[in-house]
Amino acid sequence: MLRRAVEDNSTGSDSDYTNSVWISWFLSSKGNEYFCEVEEDYILDRFNLTGLNTEVQHYSQALDLITDNLDDDIQDEIRSTLDVQARLLYGLIHARWIVTARGLAKMLEKYKRADFGRCPRVLCQSQPLLPVGLTDVPYEKSVKLYCGRCEDIYSPKSSRHGSIDGAYFGTSFPHLLFLVYPNLIPPKSGPVDFPALRAGGEAEGSRRSRRARDEQEPPSDIVGEGFNTTSVALKAERYRPRIFGFQVNEIAKLQRWQEAVRDKQVARLDLLDEHGLM
Amino acid sequence: MRRLQQQEPEVAQGEIEEEEVVSGVAEGDEVMEDADDGREYSSSTPTSTLTWISWFCALPGHEYFCEVSEDFIEDDFNLTGLNAMVPFWKEAMEMVLDVEPDEDAPKIPDVSIVEASAELLYGLVHQRYILTRAGLQAMIDKYDGGSFGSCPRVYCNGCNIVPCGRSDLPGLDTVKLYCPNCNDIYTPPSSRFQGVDGAFFGTTFPHLFFQSYREIAPAPFYRPPSGSSSSMSGRSSGSPQHSQEGRHTAFVNPNPHGGQKPAAGGVYQPKIYGFKVSERAKCGPRMQWMRLRPWSPEELDEVDSRGRWIDDDEEYEDEQEEEGEDKQMGEFDNVGIL
Ligand SMILES: [Zn+2]
Ligand SMILES: [Zn+2]
Repeated sequence: MLRRAVEDNSTGSDSDYTNSVWISWFLSSKGNEYFCEVEEDYILDRFNLTGLNTEVQHYSQALDLITDNLDDDIQDEIRSTLDVQARLLYGLIHARWIVTARGLAKMLEKYKRADFGRCPRVLCQSQPLLPVGLTDVPYEKSVKLYCGRCEDIYSPKSSRHGSIDGAYFGTSFPHLLFLVYPNLIPPKSGPVDFPALRAGGEAEGSRRSRRARDEQEPPSDIVGEGFNTTSVALKAERYRPRIFGFQVNEIAKLQRWQEAVRDKQVARLDLLDEHGLM
Repeated sequence: MRRLQQQEPEVAQGEIEEEEVVSGVAEGDEVMEDADDGREYSSSTPTSTLTWISWFCALPGHEYFCEVSEDFIEDDFNLTGLNAMVPFWKEAMEMVLDVEPDEDAPKIPDVSIVEASAELLYGLVHQRYILTRAGLQAMIDKYDGGSFGSCPRVYCNGCNIVPCGRSDLPGLDTVKLYCPNCNDIYTPPSSRFQGVDGAFFGTTFPHLFFQSYREIAPAPFYRPPSGSSSSMSGRSSGSPQHSQEGRHTAFVNPNPHGGQKPAAGGVYQPKIYGFKVSERAKCGPRMQWMRLRPWSPEELDEVDSRGRWIDDDEEYEDEQEEEGEDKQMGEFDNVGIL
């Protein structure tokens, strides 16, 4: 956890990094690489945990376990169930935390390190991925990975990650990230632009996140920052199946149809943009 | 290609398993990766009980190769043009076919040079072999056995995929995987395939494969099961549930040359706090079109060969001239297999 602590300092955020032994252990366990650290302040503010007591059995003991406040004389039988409940509780808190300004910033660091892996789609050129859930309800669907370039979702490569509950990341997270940090929306073509991720992204990002925190909602003034995404889809590369150099009729026809749908959307968005409605 | 085994390609496999993609598709992949890496074959030549071809195909990272029949390799006609591409041709041939080298032939000092040539030779022959009836048959056996894995895209519902190259010339790119459902290509999930040349599978194979076995090729249209929410982009069903309809009422694609399997047509819909992200947002969806399918086959005809809506007199058709060029090219429709 040393590395984590050092990086926290280097971001200059006012982070008093957590010293919870349980959280450190959880984060360093194999398979939990997608999780970020939830700051203890956040966990200790009961307001942030509203409603979770109905989702988690032995709620208060599970909470004590996460925050290292569990009585030592707890019986062994309950101990093992507590561990399961503590993971559930941490996961559900995590889902809420990563859509706060500070949580987003923490996940952004992991994104820049490609901790969530890279898009398997060849034409996405190893675009880093972001975790996402298909539902916000636990025990329903495992975590998926969202690619900001092709805007599609993929199953994690390893079963270790494939069995993580998607609700611990939630359905909103990656989209909120790009809503709050629109300058990090990946380009649709060309190599992954890491310099931009680092340089521009950082300063812009922390300024923005502070403001977002103040307003307790995503900033609404992100429109009109000089770049627009109405026609970015035209830049997307596609794979074109060919047999001995010739396109395959039915697939070519489908791809033409899809591109006509795309062109329609681009025209629609351009029109909205012209009228200042974007 | 005169000496092919003459059995018909088995037109089998009406239903391939469409399991729910819940837990990791490539189960345990990373574990294998760790174990296998570095176990590259070196000068360990095959034992006498094993043919070179069987040995080669059993090497880690070579799981996508099928065994090319020796008959095929022995027929010079099938090798036309390859000898110019493979150094130490004769020695490489001897190695691949397990022929004892001539005693009085000059010895190649380093056996690993010949091994590299043998691999190149086998790979290039393999590219041709898998386009033949027997080769396609060998590959569908592997496909059915799940040897190539399944599409990592969630909404493809675990559709099985096949290896392919982005070039037919060796040395340019590593092997990729083609998904017939999303018509896209993916990087193999394990690094042990990073040393495998894509040309050994070639650009044509996946498409000839799915033209030959149409019953496992997804159709280009898809109607979401009724009841699922239909939105502005109508077709983007929110549920990764594949269409069950096709099972009850026999599914038919009216295009006899097209895919005859019901497609997995779900398209991802981003949401924030339960609300669809509007396309008006800067971060709104821009790429759903790439995965969208029309509800009916007829709708495909609403777009002309230059990519324009036929019944659309709106003016935004002007700038798209240049796009037509590529599409004016001949298109492959019906491939009778060799
Ligand atoms: Zn992607
Ligand atoms: Zn797919």
